[in-house]
Amino acid sequence: MTPTYYLLLSALLFTIGAVGVLVRRNAIVVFMCIELMLNAVNLTLVTFARINGTLDGQVMAFFVMVVAAAEVVVGLAIITSIFRTRRTASVDDANLLKY
Amino acid sequence: MNAVIPTELPDVAAASGAAALAWLLIALPALGALVLFLAGRRADAWGHWLGVGTVAAAFVVGLVIVFDTVGLDPEQRTREQSLYDWISVAGLNVDFGLRLDPLSLTFVLLITGVGSLIHLYSVGYMSHDPGRRRFFAQLNLFVAAMLVLVLGNNFVMLYLGWEGVGLASYLLIGWYQDRPSAATAAKKAFLMNRVGDVGLALAIFILWTQLGTLGYTEVFERIGEVDGAALVAITVLLLLGACGKSGQFPLQSWLPDAMEGPTPVSALIHAATMVTAGVYLVARCSPIYNLTGTGRLVVALVGVITLMIGAIIGCAYDDIKKVLAYSTVSQIGYMILAVGLGPAGYALGILHLLTHGFFKAGLFLGAGSVMHAMNDTVDMRHYGGLRRLMPITFVTFGLGYLALIGFPFLSGYFSKDAIIEAAFAQPGWQGWTFGGLATLAAGLTAFYMTRLMLMTFFGERRWERLQSEDGHDYHPHESPTVMTAPMIVLAVGSVFAGFALTQGELLAHWLAPSLGELQEAEGGALPHAVIPFLVVAVSALGALVAYLTVGRHPTPVQRPEPVSLPVRAARRDLYANAINETLIARPGTWLTRALVYVDNRGVDGAVNGAAALLGGSSGRLRRLQTGFVRSYALSMLGGSVLVVAALLMVRFT
Repeated sequence: MTPTYYLLLSALLFTIGAVGVLVRRNAIVVFMCIELMLNAVNLTLVTFARINGTLDGQVMAFFVMVVAAAEVVVGLAIITSIFRTRRTASVDDANLLKY
Repeated sequence: MNAVIPTELPDVAAASGAAALAWLLIALPALGALVLFLAGRRADAWGHWLGVGTVAAAFVVGLVIVFDTVGLDPEQRTREQSLYDWISVAGLNVDFGLRLDPLSLTFVLLITGVGSLIHLYSVGYMSHDPGRRRFFAQLNLFVAAMLVLVLGNNFVMLYLGWEGVGLASYLLIGWYQDRPSAATAAKKAFLMNRVGDVGLALAIFILWTQLGTLGYTEVFERIGEVDGAALVAITVLLLLGACGKSGQFPLQSWLPDAMEGPTPVSALIHAATMVTAGVYLVARCSPIYNLTGTGRLVVALVGVITLMIGAIIGCAYDDIKKVLAYSTVSQIGYMILAVGLGPAGYALGILHLLTHGFFKAGLFLGAGSVMHAMNDTVDMRHYGGLRRLMPITFVTFGLGYLALIGFPFLSGYFSKDAIIEAAFAQPGWQGWTFGGLATLAAGLTAFYMTRLMLMTFFGERRWERLQSEDGHDYHPHESPTVMTAPMIVLAVGSVFAGFALTQGELLAHWLAPSLGELQEAEGGALPHAVIPFLVVAVSALGALVAYLTVGRHPTPVQRPEPVSLPVRAARRDLYANAINETLIARPGTWLTRALVYVDNRGVDGAVNGAAALLGGSSGRLRRLQTGFVRSYALSMLGGSVLVVAALLMVRFT
């Protein structure tokens, strides 16, 4: 079991997440893709913690999870309220804040 | 003339006894002005008498101090009184101090004496003017400032008084401020005086940098330390100041316009006192002028040029006050010529100044009396035959006229002839030029004054068939006593002042502590015994020509047009205003227009251009804010990729 595979998997997941954020319009999907990117990063942190034999990476991964949980709460609340007012969850339709 | 003439400076003592009251001289009229300015309408009933009273009281104080001074030895007659520290910064210490010496006391008597008479006259002359109280406030302000000018013991106080009289003159010329011509004349006087004042200020600055002190005593003691070029610069710049205040060439053209003011103002400020401040300045600075022949020559040249200009233009005007104004310009030219001759002339200049103070003030008051009777008309072509209707005015005016043209044994004869003699005594070309032109101007003076007399008091009563500009008939009448009394006093002065002041060289000896002993003019172009006869003969010729050309023909009511070239030139002030307009005013206008253009297009253009550039470019830039979250996400990704790439490049290269 080489750590490289974990890193490759993590890179793959991150890329899928990033591409998802850029190309999908549905806010929920975009949101899930962001979660995917966060978890890819978590995987990287844990992998390096394993390689180096220290706990720093794992501790950091916990922080990320906490922040992600909080973010989900806030984010979903925003998406819900946008949906209630505009009857859509498309990020391209929520474009009032511009020049 | 000798280039350098040694000056004996008097010892300066502290003022004591009666002289310690000298501060009252300035304080009294200043207090009068303050009360009259601040009291408002409440003072309307008695304000003019307060104005007369303060000046008369100052005259009494002046007399007391003069009698006190006469009781002293000539060496002890120069006294100073330091009132308080006025300016004290770093090396510059200026006292608010008074210098009481024969020169300043002479001026004090002239200013307060003639001033009291003219204040008294103004009570009658201004009786119909609703602003009479304010008028007296301004007259008192003038007297106070003029006394500061002559009594100060340093150049800064001189400058203070100089500006003070300038202010009072400006206010009073513009007295009839609803007339555009008066407002313009006031501005013109103020601006042309500024030119001279800049010269005076520069002269004071140079004195300060050279000597580090501005008190008369110290400056005159150490003036020998100043090198030649700076000395000439000081004398010429002082003269520029004198030219501005005294209406001398090339700054003469404001003085005739100043006649827009009320006539008592013309008599007091623009004939008897303020305009002679330039003569006072040169005489006061005689220790400086003694050191440079060039400086004195410039002074004398300016005097000669001006006395000719004034005499020539005086012959062409029909406005009685303007003729008298140009006569003043011309007579001050004589004084400036006299003080430009050095020790042979200082006292003569002051002598002519005093006699001129009497007869010219009297002439102006007489002209005012005539105007008062003639609905304020100044055009002499409307006058004629007034001698029977205004006998007192006629006699006093006539005596002033005879004194001015140098009728034998009246005031002007003693003072003007002495100046012409001293001018003829100059060596070489100067004697012939100065003396000859001064004699010629004496003839012209006789011509224009005789013309004025004939047109006003003799001949046909042209006013009987005319109306004044405001559409009223003329009803000439003699003026009230309050106006004729000062005229009588001044006429007596015009007759006897010259004789009294020259008896045993009275004035010259009295002034010796301030100006040095009067040096008898010797030698020169003509024998001295001949000159008085020559001058009287030329004057008589002038008067005769005036009689033949004006007195024997009826005077046309309309100005004859067209006239010969010299008359046209004289009617247009020898083109002085045109020259000023062309050389100074027009280029000044162009310059300001060019500067406005540079300001609008250059400076404002740069500022506005920068603002427009920023506004425009930010307008373009904000288009990047599309509102699409995914494009922001893409730019964040791109930025992150760039940062990572940069880190990796640093790491692996």
